[in-house]
Amino acid sequence: MPEDHPVPGPADPAIRVVELRKTFVVPEREAGLKHAIRSLVRRRTRQVNAVDGISFDIAPGEVVGFLGPNGAGKTTTLKMLAGLLYPTGGGLTVLGATPSRREKDFLSRITLVMGNRNQLEWDIPAADSFELNRAIYRIPPQAFAETRDELVELLEVGDLVRKPVRNLSLGERMKVEIVGSLLHRPQVLFLDEPTIGLDVTMQKRIRAFVAEYNRRYGATVLLTSHYMADVVALCKRVIVIHHGRILFDGGLSGLSSRFAAYKTIGVTLDDPTIDLGAYGEVIHRDDQKITLRVPKLETSRITARLLSEQAVADLTIEDPPIEDVIETVFASGEDDERLPEREKVSE
Amino acid sequence: MSAVVERSGRPAAPGLPDRPRVGRVRSMVDLYLTEMRTAIAVQFQYRVANYFYMIGMVAEPVIYLVVWSSVARSQGGAVGGYTPGEFAAYYIVWTLVRNINIVFTPYGWEWRIQKGQLSGQLLRPIHPIHYDLGYFAGMKFVVLVLWLPIAAILSLAFHPTLQPSGLGIGVFFVALWGAYLIRSLNMWVLGMITFWTTRVSAIFELYMALELIFSGRLVPLTLLPGWAQGVANFLPFQWTFGFPINALVGKLSTTQLLEGLGMQALWIGIGATIIHFVWRAGIRRFSSVGN
Repeated sequence: MPEDHPVPGPADPAIRVVELRKTFVVPEREAGLKHAIRSLVRRRTRQVNAVDGISFDIAPGEVVGFLGPNGAGKTTTLKMLAGLLYPTGGGLTVLGATPSRREKDFLSRITLVMGNRNQLEWDIPAADSFELNRAIYRIPPQAFAETRDELVELLEVGDLVRKPVRNLSLGERMKVEIVGSLLHRPQVLFLDEPTIGLDVTMQKRIRAFVAEYNRRYGATVLLTSHYMADVVALCKRVIVIHHGRILFDGGLSGLSSRFAAYKTIGVTLDDPTIDLGAYGEVIHRDDQKITLRVPKLETSRITARLLSEQAVADLTIEDPPIEDVIETVFASGEDDERLPEREKVSE
Repeated sequence: MSAVVERSGRPAAPGLPDRPRVGRVRSMVDLYLTEMRTAIAVQFQYRVANYFYMIGMVAEPVIYLVVWSSVARSQGGAVGGYTPGEFAAYYIVWTLVRNINIVFTPYGWEWRIQKGQLSGQLLRPIHPIHYDLGYFAGMKFVVLVLWLPIAAILSLAFHPTLQPSGLGIGVFFVALWGAYLIRSLNMWVLGMITFWTTRVSAIFELYMALELIFSGRLVPLTLLPGWAQGVANFLPFQWTFGFPINALVGKLSTTQLLEGLGMQALWIGIGATIIHFVWRAGIRRFSSVGN
């Protein structure tokens, strides 16, 4: 096999992204017949920088959360990494290969699971579709049977794979989709909202499975999800993207310390009827405990005041929920005046 | 087993063992057989619907058959060299050829792109045309089983006259798959226009109109005016309908039978070449725009 790209060594990242850009040209017009006719003569387009010069490395075996609001550029990035989209600029390698070349060897080593799309045959049991994947990925029968049985056991879908896919619930379908996507034992997993629309129990099961797959095979995982529980459970590192640019790349704990503008103080008083509004915003109160939201820089001073002025039975200081932190990060992206103009209109 | 197993040729990523793979040729045969089994399983899920679909499809050739048989009788027993019995044979074989000719259409391409199915196929290390060729080939086995009773009833009703040679029968079975390949490739070429416009249906309708006239679908080609037969010789359509039908009905000489297979091979080559180049351009376009 001819090799015209470097083979990754043990110290090389599994994924390397350098100044990656993707620009779409999108037609647009105002509503109404007049504008419809006008657009026949004069076509108006908008250039959208979906991904605007992002760079990061992901080490082999790392599980990274890729976060951002809708339209941030997450899925576009994942598609470029999986070879479905050509980058407009910049460079990227996955397992040493250039994804846009879509070489068979590269495609045999990755998978992209999209929570809102299914690839299994609708009308037949998933077990039959698995056979098709065996043939496509040229998996020897013995290895195929071992992997299939292992994945089926891990996701507890023994009964489900014998039913036609159309008869499965959304969560059941997602589980068998994941089995189908991993039969070739990919070394890099791109998971785009794998738990979307699933109930809490099913979400937990899929999280546990991804963690186990990563542990067992040392696979690299890049995960997008709107459910922060997915990210907290699986990812030590997160990359936050907004308007096609990276706002944060680092540890999950670092995200809170850098972006959380406040902390929460949980106070248990001897007399729980006392009003603590003077110390901070009361965001929760029950029979025993009052939860206050206070500015992060004021936390020490307010805690000291509470302890000295009130009869405190117990006190805890916590970072805000990660959902709130992410909201703050996204809001900081919206407000960041340093961001260049992303969209240019051309006709 | 070791003789048919190869490795990828690239070192695995750190910490991951490289995995053996089945040999390339064996895996391709395996893929086609598995696709065909899958198609058969899917089609048997819808056997009743399929049957009604086929019965509905019979209406078209029966109308042609009744009309042309009447014309033949009114002109003293034959028209354009076809007797009513030969028209019956022509249009009964037509029903099988038509079913073999059902392939993935541009409508399917529109759906495939709009629903993101093509993206899923592009993630796999195999050209998507193999899915379509294998899958629709598998469907034909179901079609054949369903077609036999229909052919029997039509034969009882219309008394076909066939005079096939041994070579003609052999060529017919090869030509059926040649027709299937030509039409599959033609539809792929049309379908790939979806990479540039999502409304390829209009072009597809034009194709169907030309095919109806110049393929032998509407009427045996020998009944067309000379100029139309001349035009048909420069188009692929007759090799997907008229040629396989006439091979079995017994209307072709040995030379014509062998030339016909050669023409089928030529059009398969042309179709495959066009697909090779258009696919590369189309996929580049698709990957730039995305879905």
